[in-house]
Amino acid sequence: MGTISETNLKELESIALQLRVESLKMIHRRQAGHPGGSLSAADIVTALFFYKLRIDPSNPNWPERDRFLLSKGHASALLYTALARRGYFPMEDLLHWGALDCHLQGHPDRLKTPGIDMTSGILGHGIPIGAGLALAARLQEKAYRVYVLLGDGEMQAGVVWEGALTAAKYRLSKITAILDYNDVQLDGCVHEIMPLEPLVEKWRAFNWHVLEINGHNMRQIVEALDLAEEVHDRPSIIIAHTTKGKGVSYMENLSYWHGIPPSDDQLQQALIELGQEA
Amino acid sequence: MAELAQRQALGQALAEYGSVNPRVVVLDADTAFSTMSILFKERFPDRFFNVGISEPCMVDVAVGLALGGLIPFANAFAALLSLRTLEQIRSCVCYARTNVKLMASYAGLSDYKDGPTHHSITDIALLRSLPEMTVIVPADANEINQWVPVIAEYDGPVYMRLNRSATLHVHPPEVEVQIGKGITLRAGDDLTIIAAGSMVGRSLVAADKLAEIGVSARVIEIHTIKPLDKELIIQAAAETGAVITTEEHSILGGLGSAVAEVLSEHIPTPLVRVGINDTFTRTAPDPDTLMDAYGMSVGDVVRAAEKVLERKNV
Repeated sequence: MGTISETNLKELESIALQLRVESLKMIHRRQAGHPGGSLSAADIVTALFFYKLRIDPSNPNWPERDRFLLSKGHASALLYTALARRGYFPMEDLLHWGALDCHLQGHPDRLKTPGIDMTSGILGHGIPIGAGLALAARLQEKAYRVYVLLGDGEMQAGVVWEGALTAAKYRLSKITAILDYNDVQLDGCVHEIMPLEPLVEKWRAFNWHVLEINGHNMRQIVEALDLAEEVHDRPSIIIAHTTKGKGVSYMENLSYWHGIPPSDDQLQQALIELGQEA
Repeated sequence: MAELAQRQALGQALAEYGSVNPRVVVLDADTAFSTMSILFKERFPDRFFNVGISEPCMVDVAVGLALGGLIPFANAFAALLSLRTLEQIRSCVCYARTNVKLMASYAGLSDYKDGPTHHSITDIALLRSLPEMTVIVPADANEINQWVPVIAEYDGPVYMRLNRSATLHVHPPEVEVQIGKGITLRAGDDLTIIAAGSMVGRSLVAADKLAEIGVSARVIEIHTIKPLDKELIIQAAAETGAVITTEEHSILGGLGSAVAEVLSEHIPTPLVRVGINDTFTRTAPDPDTLMDAYGMSVGDVVRAAEKVLERKNV
């Protein structure tokens, strides 16, 4: 622990800012997408793609690569930005997101976009699919890990917990799930729509190892991802407390910004707040 | 030798093929002693996963195993596999085109004693509407045994629909099966009976009865409902001028509908569909009683033939 330098942390924080800016620009350009949950997950996705994942953008189907499942598939703009910056496809492709002949679909599509390990969009699939991938790794004696990024709204879906039982039954310690716990979903606050608490206790009761962090503190994210690898008898989940719309004052904590694109003026204001002149 | 129950045939075939192909893994949702996937578990315990009563989770876990390069065969009752897990199948198996094999046991009315909650009379309609899906309905135990390696070696989603019990013996052990290729089981000129699954054997018996009254019925088995062997169906319609379809399924959306789509677009031909007439069913003391009660007896097939011949000869 504590092996990451301050310089590297600053570098990651700077990348996270760029991913926020680029995601918002994509959503604005297309006038479609999900800004709130892309901004809340930006630091986590940065830590995964620019620190943790063992991946090779020049060989997207490398069999030994770590797998990443974006269970909250609506944060697709964020994922596409990260993949482009890692070199899976040209940054220019981001300009064409949603066009009929563009490989970038509304939600992630494993068959069309290089670097995407699994198609997603309908919520709830990440944990059980991750369990299957981890079982496959075990049977084939492969060392890769499986990372699953979850939204908090999808915690309300039963199949998530069916998958959690399965991962615990088989002690799939190669799974690290990260929960983007921003407490806001499409219709309102998660704690009002369908309360999840006590969530740490729930996951512990399902025989998962639970870490709880501030999902916007890069050091905490990085250290939690490292710590999860030290657990060898059960899967881990990092419950990352986040802010929906993080970094753009008028979006923060408002369910309105779950799936609404910013106007021209709103984008300008957001870019200024994120330290980018338009 | 008595005909094996279809589920027994699948369990044995999986256990046997498991030693040939180490990439095959098997899943079940707390029905291993019913679907007979237990036979695979006994030989390959490390390659068998029981996820409990959570069929949607089972399909997703199978998806993960397929993404990891294995060939998962996921077993469950057809009613659950086709209804409770339909979103998993649509999004994660078909749309994502993962190499998952869905083994739908206890299909049709074959779980006669558990009643309509457990009968599966709409699964073909649901599954064949999904892009990328292959739907297979075998006629007997020998055919199932032949299908297992073919399905495993085909790269893509497959749904195989099985009966709980034994169906009438149809095929020799070495029957050759090919995805999308129907089998002409009996020559005939007056009409064509296009059959799937348990109704193949019954339709052959009906063809014998029809021969006794001077009617020459061709019998074609369409084991692959999707992709459909259109050429064989069009040719049979052209040569015999009348068609009936027989299936242990609702007449809405299954084999009968698939054949009707082909005939009406390519070669309009008098058609009568034998199957369950858009109704829920009942509990019964045995499968044959139930099949007969819902219009799928040998006599029903003969009557359908007579009816279609009247229309052909107008």
